[in-house]
Amino acid sequence: MSYIDRHIRAFLLTELLQGMWKVFTYMFKPCVTLNYPYEKGPLSPRFRGEHALRRYPNGEERCIACKLCEAVCPAQAITIEAEPRDDNSRRTTRYDIDMTKCIFCGFCEEACPVDAIVEGPNFEYATETREELMYDKQKLLDNGARWELEIAERLRQDAPYR
Amino acid sequence: MAQNQIKNMTINFGPQHPAAHGVLRMVLEMDGETIDRADPHIGLLHRGTEKLIENKTYQQSTPYFDRLDYVAPQNQEHAFVLAAEKLLGVEVPERAQYIRVLYAEIGRLLNHILNISSYAMDIGAMTPMLWWFEDREIMMEFCERVCGARMHMNYYRIGGVARDLPEGLLDDILAYLDEAPKMIDDIETLLTDNRIFKQRTVDIGKVTAEQAFDWGFTGPNLRASGIAWDLRKAQPYDAYAKLDFDIPVGKNGDCYDRYVVRMLEMRESIKIIRQCCEVLKTLKGPARCTDRKVCPPPRADMKNSMEGLIHHFKLMTEGVRVPAGETYTAVEAPKGEFAVFLVSDGSNKPYRCKIRAPGFVHLQAMDMMCKGHMLADAVAVIGSIDIVFGEIDR
Repeated sequence: MSYIDRHIRAFLLTELLQGMWKVFTYMFKPCVTLNYPYEKGPLSPRFRGEHALRRYPNGEERCIACKLCEAVCPAQAITIEAEPRDDNSRRTTRYDIDMTKCIFCGFCEEACPVDAIVEGPNFEYATETREELMYDKQKLLDNGARWELEIAERLRQDAPYR
Repeated sequence: MAQNQIKNMTINFGPQHPAAHGVLRMVLEMDGETIDRADPHIGLLHRGTEKLIENKTYQQSTPYFDRLDYVAPQNQEHAFVLAAEKLLGVEVPERAQYIRVLYAEIGRLLNHILNISSYAMDIGAMTPMLWWFEDREIMMEFCERVCGARMHMNYYRIGGVARDLPEGLLDDILAYLDEAPKMIDDIETLLTDNRIFKQRTVDIGKVTAEQAFDWGFTGPNLRASGIAWDLRKAQPYDAYAKLDFDIPVGKNGDCYDRYVVRMLEMRESIKIIRQCCEVLKTLKGPARCTDRKVCPPPRADMKNSMEGLIHHFKLMTEGVRVPAGETYTAVEAPKGEFAVFLVSDGSNKPYRCKIRAPGFVHLQAMDMMCKGHMLADAVAVIGSIDIVFGEIDR
């Protein structure tokens, strides 16, 4: 019986027609593709994107040049130089991140004891030249200023788990 | 009369061939349309990971494991942290064990989805790839929500996981699990009985159980040859011993069986994920071990207590000092037995880290599997043994 059955099925192309029918039904399903630059997928508070250096609400920079991020970075993408400022507080004179080396592991954010260096929600920072990806302190602080609202909210949401 | 000498033709398959799954270069000696000898050339993606790891602390090494088999990074990390934990003798909290298993199985789904859909595309079926990537995206979103990256998670840590699951994630995963089998059914409708697919795969690249043993096959490739060997059952790690799942086994060991075994394995993975989610809903506790010599304290502790801050600084700069010893720790990665051989000299960096990549072992059987088949079958064989060059070249 199965022999006849199999041959009838083979002759009638049932499995092919079933597949084609399946494909046909998919035509009426809603489209799931995002129209990217205009539509974007959701990002969680933990997303690891472009780096930013944050400041305290009073405008003082958070980074105290403890160099934990430099030490923990597996790709050795961070370079820090530090010396005491005029008011004797220890601050960085140089804070460079080579974004071409960075592997976005998130260790720097995890290591920072004062929440200064964070990986923000921005992932659209493509550049035309390599040099533009060598971020210096000013660039990172500017990022921090630009994204502070989002970053602060994300840190607040994720605080219970950290 | 001059006699024409017929010589075999040697052709290059890859390294830029779209069906070569990365940068595989195969030198094929062709006798007409049949393959006489297949000689895979590897090393085009060599990055020296093993050597790099010798110069990194244990914690810093986990991102490197993500980048081995970049299709299922979770399982690679899992192998490394298990190896380090074995040397350290750390007890991992139960909740962390379940979270790790949950994500290892999501990794298995991610891997099998990519493998089967790209395999189908290699041999002429375009649709599975277009459909299934939606599911892959959903699962990558689960990864993103838990650790912040869609692929290179860097989520597993020595002694647990980086952060606990965010609220609501388990419900979303459970809701998705109701949908996932439907997509598998749809893909099966397209492929499993399809005569074109079967003509391309049945009896191609046949491997008997004995040959599979001789060539050191593991994972779905071994199980397709009829041997029920799965490290999750044979030497259960983390929470696998407490979970209920079956091992699908093939019969003929051909390309078709390898496809079927993977399909069935995905359904088993869904079963495991569901169990993990249900356990995790009630199981409370830390997601990282509380031994502060191994795991950094939570941020609140670090900011409020001097001791916590000292531990934090110590772990972030120096890392963990692992007692001298050596271990070979294997996990059942989606591609087979992925193992890490760690030698520690008692310092904070591994003295030696040898990585056993399943793809490497499977690739060396290419010659045995391709011999006597047509050129187009080489593509089917490559697709069915599931190789990723990140791990083969390391």
